[in-house]
Amino acid sequence: MNENAIIDIRNVHKSFGRVEALKGIDLTIREGEFFSLLGPSGCGKTTLLRMIAGFDEPTSGDVLIGGASMAGIPANKRPTNMVFQSYAIFPHLSVTDNVGYGLAKKKMSRQERMAEINNALEMVDLAGYGDRSAHELSGGQRQRVALARALVMKPRVVLLDEPLSALDKKLREQMQVELRELQQSVGITFILVTHDQEEALIMSDRIAVLFEGEIAQMATPQTLYRQPRTERVASFIGVMNFLDAMASSDEKGGLDLKIPSLGSVNINQAAVPEGLTADSVQRIGIRPEMLTILFDYSDQAECVTTGEVVSASYYGDMTYYSIKLADLEKPATVSMRNTAGRSIVPAGTKVRIGWGADSVVLFS
Amino acid sequence: MRLTRFLSRNWLLTYAALYVFFLYAPVILLPMFAFNASTIIAFPLTGFTTQWFSVLFETAALHQAVKNSLIVGVITAVLSTILGTCAARAMVRFGFPFKRGIVGFIMLPLVLPEIIVAVALLVLLMQLGFPLSIWTVIGGHVLICVPFSVAILSSAFQGLDKNLEEASMDLGETGWGTFRRVIFPLILPGVISSLLITFTISLDEFIIAFFLTGTDVTLPVYIWSQLRFPAKLPSIMALGTILLALSVLLLVLGEWFRRRSAKKQGLDASSAGGFMQ
Repeated sequence: MNENAIIDIRNVHKSFGRVEALKGIDLTIREGEFFSLLGPSGCGKTTLLRMIAGFDEPTSGDVLIGGASMAGIPANKRPTNMVFQSYAIFPHLSVTDNVGYGLAKKKMSRQERMAEINNALEMVDLAGYGDRSAHELSGGQRQRVALARALVMKPRVVLLDEPLSALDKKLREQMQVELRELQQSVGITFILVTHDQEEALIMSDRIAVLFEGEIAQMATPQTLYRQPRTERVASFIGVMNFLDAMASSDEKGGLDLKIPSLGSVNINQAAVPEGLTADSVQRIGIRPEMLTILFDYSDQAECVTTGEVVSASYYGDMTYYSIKLADLEKPATVSMRNTAGRSIVPAGTKVRIGWGADSVVLFS
Repeated sequence: MRLTRFLSRNWLLTYAALYVFFLYAPVILLPMFAFNASTIIAFPLTGFTTQWFSVLFETAALHQAVKNSLIVGVITAVLSTILGTCAARAMVRFGFPFKRGIVGFIMLPLVLPEIIVAVALLVLLMQLGFPLSIWTVIGGHVLICVPFSVAILSSAFQGLDKNLEEASMDLGETGWGTFRRVIFPLILPGVISSLLITFTISLDEFIIAFFLTGTDVTLPVYIWSQLRFPAKLPSIMALGTILLALSVLLLVLGEWFRRRSAKKQGLDASSAGGFMQ
């Protein structure tokens, strides 16, 4: 076991009747890490979180927190605290009493308790809100109270179950940054459950992508985005163009790739993921921002191909083009940053497109 | 002619007016004759008096009946609300084998003819050699009051977010502590509503009390026994007036309390499990 591992999940299975929600999860979360469980609804991510919290018991396997097995230990005896999706603010209590709810069980004087509560409220920017009752708070404020209520317990792990999904877009984006900053300042391990890939990328140190009760890939946000291991992970995290390809080995252990619709390129050995050989590579992926429209004839790139603009979607800062490449049926998506003075390329225009070996992701 | 035209145009209004009249006219007669200075219950009214009320204060047997009824009512209300809370909680939160059948059996007395329940209980108690007393009446009343309590409290439990209980456990509280600090305060309006309703049901229940009471009669049984004496009728009217005022007061009070506490929690008043929605 890793020395600074706080949570160790070992071969955990969970069945609800005939439905297998988790099919052998193995994962280790390090102390102080912001870890995200990312996946579509029904993938088992919430079940896994509830298992760490102690609301569900694994059918088989073991959950260890701080090196100790949690089998048979109920939620109220675990060093974890949860922020619920619905926030679960006690409606009959004031903000102070909500935040101080868990402290009542701890031996401390009234002054100490009030100091802890005020400290926690300050941490989430709610100083002075203590006397309000729960229904006088906005959604964002409730979320902060729920967070303060968990943090005041000084848990070893804070569990967040889709904490931002009920907030509107602007507030959500603001809270993503704030939550990340807060986590870094308190240094407590956070485990976030989310279906929002962007949220996971912004906030996490590491992400585990779950599909149908299995971990599809576990990596840092950058690795996950740049080197997704399967097409499914790649299309769940952002947009990716998938193209057929043929590979053959070169003499240096790399691969010579022939992509019918794009051209040929050599991938050196270091860029070939483990487990992939010339025979197994059949598809490649390229992110939209890795394809570049070469506006001037003097513009050069490692590889160049041509295509015809089918349509353009204007996003303000970016424009997403659908571009038909050679004889490919499905147009490829290309995103271009909108710089000053450049107008949108109209549909029907023939364009040159640049790409390179380092923009290609290999799939079996 | 004008009347028939009015009726044909406003038949719905007429229907509503007649409906309310037939529903409440007998109730209005009660206080009317209670203050009427004649032993004969008939129009025209002869004069105003409060003597029937003073008669009530001098009748010792009545006082005993009131006392019995209050004891039966309070104990029935408390017992059936405790049982109803447990049943409603189990019904709303948990799944268990034969749940639908068990729930059905709990709710059955709601639609069972009371006379059947009363006779059956009487036969059973006789067979077991149980002496009839206040306690047998309480037993019968609990049986018919529990379904009401379950109905009121299950709607209170339904309005309770399951995450609140989990949040409480998560914050280190025990199961009992969670009930005391979170669940009970939140279902309190429903509990009070249940206490009031079951108390009221027990207070005016006649058939079961009539069959199962021994020498300690409850108020409705006492009233029934007095109806044989025409001279006692006006004082019964006075008694009825007091009871009417008390029940209205009780129900208004209960509803007022429920709405106030629902508002305090920022809930919609109609969603917090009251009986009068």
